[in-house]
Amino acid sequence: MGYLELKEVYKTYGEGKNATEVLHNINLTIQEGEFVAIVGFTGSGKTTLVNLINGLLKPTSGEIRFKGKAVVDTSHERGVIFQNYSLLPWLSVGQNIAMAVKEAFPDEKREFIKNRVSQYVEMVNLLPAINKRPKELSGGMRQRVAVARALAMNPEMILMDEPLSALDALTRGNLQDEILKIWSKDKRTALLITNDVDEGIYMADRIIPLKPGPKATLGPEFKIDIERPRDKTELNDNPHYKKTRNAIIEYLMGIGEERKTTATAFYELPELAPKNFVA
Amino acid sequence: MKQSVTVSKTQELKLAATAKVLLSKFTIKTPKFELKTLVRKIIVPLVSILLFIGLWHMGAQSLYNIEADYKIQKALTDQGREASDAMKACIASGDISCQPNTLPSPAQVWESFKTLIADHKVIRADKLAFKEKTAALNANRIAEGKDPITYTGRPSFVDQIVTSLKTVFAGFILAFLIAVPIGIVIGLSKTLRNAFNWLIQVFKPVSPVVWLLLVFMIVKTMTKDSNSDSAFIISFISVGLCAMWATLVNTAMGVSSVDKDYINVAKVLKLGPFQKVFKVILPSSLPLIFTGLRITLSVAWMVLIAIELLAQSPGLGSFVWEEFQNGANDSNSKIIVAMFIIGIIGFLLDRIMLMIQNMISFNKNATA
Repeated sequence: MGYLELKEVYKTYGEGKNATEVLHNINLTIQEGEFVAIVGFTGSGKTTLVNLINGLLKPTSGEIRFKGKAVVDTSHERGVIFQNYSLLPWLSVGQNIAMAVKEAFPDEKREFIKNRVSQYVEMVNLLPAINKRPKELSGGMRQRVAVARALAMNPEMILMDEPLSALDALTRGNLQDEILKIWSKDKRTALLITNDVDEGIYMADRIIPLKPGPKATLGPEFKIDIERPRDKTELNDNPHYKKTRNAIIEYLMGIGEERKTTATAFYELPELAPKNFVA
Repeated sequence: MKQSVTVSKTQELKLAATAKVLLSKFTIKTPKFELKTLVRKIIVPLVSILLFIGLWHMGAQSLYNIEADYKIQKALTDQGREASDAMKACIASGDISCQPNTLPSPAQVWESFKTLIADHKVIRADKLAFKEKTAALNANRIAEGKDPITYTGRPSFVDQIVTSLKTVFAGFILAFLIAVPIGIVIGLSKTLRNAFNWLIQVFKPVSPVVWLLLVFMIVKTMTKDSNSDSAFIISFISVGLCAMWATLVNTAMGVSSVDKDYINVAKVLKLGPFQKVFKVILPSSLPLIFTGLRITLSVAWMVLIAIELLAQSPGLGSFVWEEFQNGANDSNSKIIVAMFIIGIIGFLLDRIMLMIQNMISFNKNATA
């Protein structure tokens, strides 16, 4: 039995005629300590999948089990890093994190909370900005705050919903390393949702492509057998990396082609000729 | 030694060069820039104020002439040539008894303003004298358990302003206390929103006068036994009820339209319902609530004058009404003075609210 298990999960938005099936028969098992990446096109239902796992949404049918128990609500055991940071703009960096820490450790003293906040702010190298508001920070800094907030709650599993997609390539690389460093330190289970195949290969143990929606479903998984810590520059020469990367891209592109060709609606165009407007 | 001298010399040269550059920059660039902002920020408004006063003066002059001509003409047709000549001479002499009653000129308004201030000084001196005179007596009365004697003379213009401000603040606080909690509750619950919607839609456009009458009906009965000042109670409650709708609607809207991301954060952090409201929903709807409060305060100030006028409660509104009823030769200009004072105070109140809003809110770019 897996640490996190999704069994025949379906998710439909709307009812009756307007119903759109976003997720179709999702089956996924993640073992404890694993780093799994789900790669998919934008709009393929990735965020819906994350929200199902973290408990913000309920599946239309099927079962989601975390440590053997059905997921019915959000829980501090599963920390979430949202796509658009979702920091509260009226609180400073420290206050944003303190709010999460207070909720995760309701019985602890003020001293403990203060220490934990500064510990995690330091971890993401934001101590000089601890009293700043999110608006005064750059995108990368904001995302680091979101990472610190999620981790400060000491979750057993980290869910990351395209956490780095809004960042520039350089910041992105740095944060990838930082997340990996934190992950490898106490080997938490992690699920990364991304649209970047390279990011997935660099970070994850397993990559599972998400066939684009509507009726998105998971494709065949790709194991990444590259030893950690991985090196980005060396990765480019790794034959396994090249093979996996091409296979995944081929698979995704194949679905892309499929998606294009499935649009078979034929539109009859009216025969129009320009009027002779000179006369 | 020599080296250091040369170094200092070159430094001096450098300094001189930079100073020159700076100087040239200042002399050429800054005045140009400053002149532009000076013109835009000070000269243009000043010119427009002068233009306004000029137009006002000319308008008042022509109205004055029409009124004067009419008066002379009337004297001619009613009483004959002699009377009309007398009227003409009387008007020209500036005698108070026969001045045409019309829109006062800026100069007259300024005179009235000075009169009102002088009047205030007199009354204040009178009050102080009264206080001194009754100090010993009042001390005795309080010791005996009786009410002290208070000054019951005519209030000055400044006193009226203070009374009006008191009324408007009492009304504003009432509006705040009613509208914000109800707005939060309505905003949180769709069912309650539907339940209250008709009430808001129906009562929002009701005129201040009708509110006053409604409040009067209720307060009159409720304060039957007490001898408290019911005019003040009636006017501040009416002001509050008239003005609270903007806050109510804005609060409800702000609370019901909190960014879904923040709600998700609250859910993921597993905040309790109380925490969710106070730590996420309220802060995020604060800008809208404050916009509502700003509108409420300006509506309260606007409505106050009409309500004081009708409720006969002391304040700027009754000042205007009394002056209008009074019909003295400077009544019209006193009314215009009151008009300007009302406008300026309304403007200042709005600025204060904006300042508080900017201080509290995370959304720093709110403007007028």
